[in-house]
Amino acid sequence: MLAWMNWTPSVAIFFAVIAAILAVMTVYEIVSPCAERKGFLPIATTRGDRLFIGLLSAAYIHLTFLAVSDITLLVALAVSVVWLLVLLRWG
Amino acid sequence: MAKIPNNRAWWLVLPVFLLVAFSALVPLMTVVNYSVQDIFGPGQAYYVGTEWFKEVLTNERLQDSLLRQFLFSGAVLMIQIPLGIGIALMMPKSGMKASLVLILLAIPLLIPWNVVGTIWQIFGRGDIGLFGWALNSMGFDYNYTGDTVDAWFTVLLMDVWHWTPLVALLCYSGLRAIPEAFYQAAEIDRASKWAVFRYIQLPRLKNVLIIAVLLRFMDSFMIYTEPFVLTGGGPGSSTTFLSQTLTTMAIGQFDLGRAAAFSLIYFLIVLLISWLFFTAITHADKEK
Repeated sequence: MLAWMNWTPSVAIFFAVIAAILAVMTVYEIVSPCAERKGFLPIATTRGDRLFIGLLSAAYIHLTFLAVSDITLLVALAVSVVWLLVLLRWG
Repeated sequence: MAKIPNNRAWWLVLPVFLLVAFSALVPLMTVVNYSVQDIFGPGQAYYVGTEWFKEVLTNERLQDSLLRQFLFSGAVLMIQIPLGIGIALMMPKSGMKASLVLILLAIPLLIPWNVVGTIWQIFGRGDIGLFGWALNSMGFDYNYTGDTVDAWFTVLLMDVWHWTPLVALLCYSGLRAIPEAFYQAAEIDRASKWAVFRYIQLPRLKNVLIIAVLLRFMDSFMIYTEPFVLTGGGPGSSTTFLSQTLTTMAIGQFDLGRAAAFSLIYFLIVLLISWLFFTAITHADKEK
């Protein structure tokens, strides 16, 4: 049934991780609802805003690594994860 | 602590979510799958990892097309926003004349994209088109099919003709919403016309202008039909914008993997810019 979507393991893992993050964040939000606050970002953000900013910048970090260097993307992934955590905590 | 909203209302969004999942999420997932494979046909796909992304990011043809796209969208905004504000300021405030001007302004907005392209394609021709013929008679060497500058000029003029009315109409509605008391106060202070514009009209237009800029940016960034009909992307590839490059790659060359990687990058650019505008709009609302 899903043959036309041409699934590959890496893309499946990618979407599974995104779905898992969304699920965890939803549960976290229900357990302890967050209020909008101001961190080092120039605008006041909620937890979801910071997650979105983090994921979007992660995409750009990966693309930048691809465009300017030949080193493995695991480095870009590590940078993105650290950046996402920093953003969620202090952003 | 801020008030916690009732989240049960989200269940009402479920039908829309399912619809969007079917029409947007599933196709998007497919595109992501395509972008890491080389697709030859049904059942014939080979995993290539991030090769396509690397190729697309370093491909000069695509970089040129992206640069042209930003130039075009930038030029569109630089011309249409001030022009739209100017037209809105000059429009009559009420009565028959106002209705007449509104109708005249709305006409270009009602014409389908491909018809707009055809109109300007004929209008700009040197032999049978009024515009091209008039320019040539005046001694200008105007030929939009052969000269890059002329082609850009025509595409920009066409877009200005088609979409400036939208900006003007938005600004007009914004101007009409300013209470008369503001103008009376300005008159008592003997404020100049410029001061009235700078300190009363422009700040009050801020919100409609953000929407106008967002709409004009998005539309011009995705432009396809009008230049495709008018110039076909030429001369050479001087008016080939992003969506046309993408279509040629995906449908013309059937290069699905590469086109998928390209469209994801296109999507990320649009997503980033939309988010920036969205944040600007919501913050403008919060400040009120």
